[in-house]
Amino acid sequence: MHGPFSASTELDQLLQHIVNALMLGGTYALLGIGLTLIFGIMRVVNFTHGELYAFGGYMIFFLTSAVGVNFYVALVAAMALGVVLGALIELVLLRPMRGADIDTTMLIMIGCWIVLQNTEQMMWGGVAKSIVSPLTTEPLTIGPVSVAWLRVFVFGIAALLIVGTYALIHRTKLGKAMRATFQDRDTAALMGVNVNAINTATFAIGSGLAAAAGALLGAVFVVTPTMGDLAALKAFAIVILGGLGSIKGATIGGFILAFVEELGAGYISSGYRDAMGFLLIIVVLLFKPTGLFARAERIG
Amino acid sequence: MRLTWMRTAVAAAGLALIAAGPAGYAQTIKIGVNEPLTGAVAASGNFVVNGAKIAADEINAKGGILGSKIELVIEDNKSNPTEAVAAAEKLIVRDKVPVMMGAWSSTYTLAVMPKLMEYKVPMLVETSSSDKITVSGNPYVFRIAPTSGMEATAFADRVGTMKIRKADFLVVNNDWGKGSADVFGKMLKDKGVAIGVIETMDASAQDLNAQLAKIRSSDADTLFVTTAVEQLTLVLKQVQALGLKRQIITTGGSQSPDQLIEQAGAAANGSYHLLFFPPWAPEATPNAAAAKSFVAEWRKRGYTFAGLTEGFRGYDGIHTIAAAITKAGKAEPEAIRAALWETQLTGLNGKIAFNKVGPSGKESGQSTAAVYVVKIDSGKVTLVR
Repeated sequence: MHGPFSASTELDQLLQHIVNALMLGGTYALLGIGLTLIFGIMRVVNFTHGELYAFGGYMIFFLTSAVGVNFYVALVAAMALGVVLGALIELVLLRPMRGADIDTTMLIMIGCWIVLQNTEQMMWGGVAKSIVSPLTTEPLTIGPVSVAWLRVFVFGIAALLIVGTYALIHRTKLGKAMRATFQDRDTAALMGVNVNAINTATFAIGSGLAAAAGALLGAVFVVTPTMGDLAALKAFAIVILGGLGSIKGATIGGFILAFVEELGAGYISSGYRDAMGFLLIIVVLLFKPTGLFARAERIG
Repeated sequence: MRLTWMRTAVAAAGLALIAAGPAGYAQTIKIGVNEPLTGAVAASGNFVVNGAKIAADEINAKGGILGSKIELVIEDNKSNPTEAVAAAEKLIVRDKVPVMMGAWSSTYTLAVMPKLMEYKVPMLVETSSSDKITVSGNPYVFRIAPTSGMEATAFADRVGTMKIRKADFLVVNNDWGKGSADVFGKMLKDKGVAIGVIETMDASAQDLNAQLAKIRSSDADTLFVTTAVEQLTLVLKQVQALGLKRQIITTGGSQSPDQLIEQAGAAANGSYHLLFFPPWAPEATPNAAAAKSFVAEWRKRGYTFAGLTEGFRGYDGIHTIAAAITKAGKAEPEAIRAALWETQLTGLNGKIAFNKVGPSGKESGQSTAAVYVVKIDSGKVTLVR
């Protein structure tokens, strides 16, 4: 088995913590970039982000168990359904409220959050659901470090989605239109940008990313109606940490949060794992109120 | 004049309505049930309520108690201590229940306890196992669940046969988990077992890799885990993913081994679980006939088999309360409280009778309970005798 405590087991433990943090950071970053589009760029305080995350989890569960769809197909479908649900929320709830007070929008989003969560509860009950993945449950072991194959797969998909979103925002015409719209809506409209469509698209893409994160992590953990609550809280933390609206910031913020949580839990106190992350945010906001990577706000 | 007539008529109608309201319910004796039906530990709370309903239907089918049917007033405490207090207050003040059962987690029960003193309503504790509950000087608490201390004592005999030399702990960061680590740690030390690391996890935490990585670098042979079935599923899966090889023993009785097999799959193999009701072997329990018919009724209602290890708590709880009300001769809080001290019955777990514990003059009631050990092997549960 394992020898007594020694320098080498200490090192093994550190390596394992680092690998764990990397795996976790990938999904945190995915959660963060979805919200940074909506909260950071659109400036909608999106309380439904966690519910879209739970929705993704329930969709992959429903499609694989009840409908019998292949796991990988279900993953893509869950994300697509997240995009559709996001578009619906934007069209039905947010579009009529454009120009309304931020408090009004916030209240609507809180209402939507409660309705979504209770619908999940009503349809699937409060008991956690488990998703069966086709990947082997035998871990991938490299020297002293072990990691589940599913986590590696999840990390890969998360990385793909993060790079894809970055390219979409910074390298495509749609991305340019998005950035233009949320920088100056009127000017963008005058330049021929269909700002209504851009709003819907941005919200839908952000929602799709949340659903993807939920589907991926739902397979790693379990799916419950309240799974989105902590996820949403962490997503907000990551976005604020990284700086509003910055894809790069949300990605790095996600990894920083994962490392602080993992090493804090490993070497300080595991019971206060979630507190460590928020402590870090308080420190960052004290010294850099705009977050780590946001450019200075342009006013007017 | 006409106006007066109308007023009288309205007033009369109003009075009739008021009179009809309570009269419609006067036929039933209410029992409050305060359980987590949603949230982190929802699975367990729902199972307890299923068991409670079977008991209530059984009692009502035999004509009820004191000539009335019993009515369960069920409130969801949302896996949250604040909501548990609100649910208790609602049950006492609005529904006017003379007695309650609840509140599953030690943390919720401890939160509710001051309300019992405030309103002088007794509560039967069916699941919570923190030692704190019965030693705080609350004379309205009657517990049928064993304390973690009783569980540890019952397990002491097996430490030798299971060849435990050094043990680590991974427990949920609340009164139940930490209390359990304390008393099991003490018992193991008395038996000459070394204690390695004691790790905690937040009740809603999903990623437990940090704790497990730390546990992996300890040279213990056994890992004691205390948490609800939802988190236990995650622990077992992540133990497997880390390639951690340990003898795993879970405590607390809320593990539902069948649910573990279903959700954690092969990761559950080889683990041991301390439970208070073995539905796989009802014939091995003190009240075999009742156990068999309970299991049969549970299946008939289409409840998941995995829930039986938790559901029996609700069944035993409601039967104990009903026996106390019958003994009291009236459905009033003080009378029921007094009667609980004299109540004796054989439940699904074993003999139920309350001993006085805690500061003298304001003792709480604590019943002793039987503890069973089961093992999961290639997807099957066996009773370790």
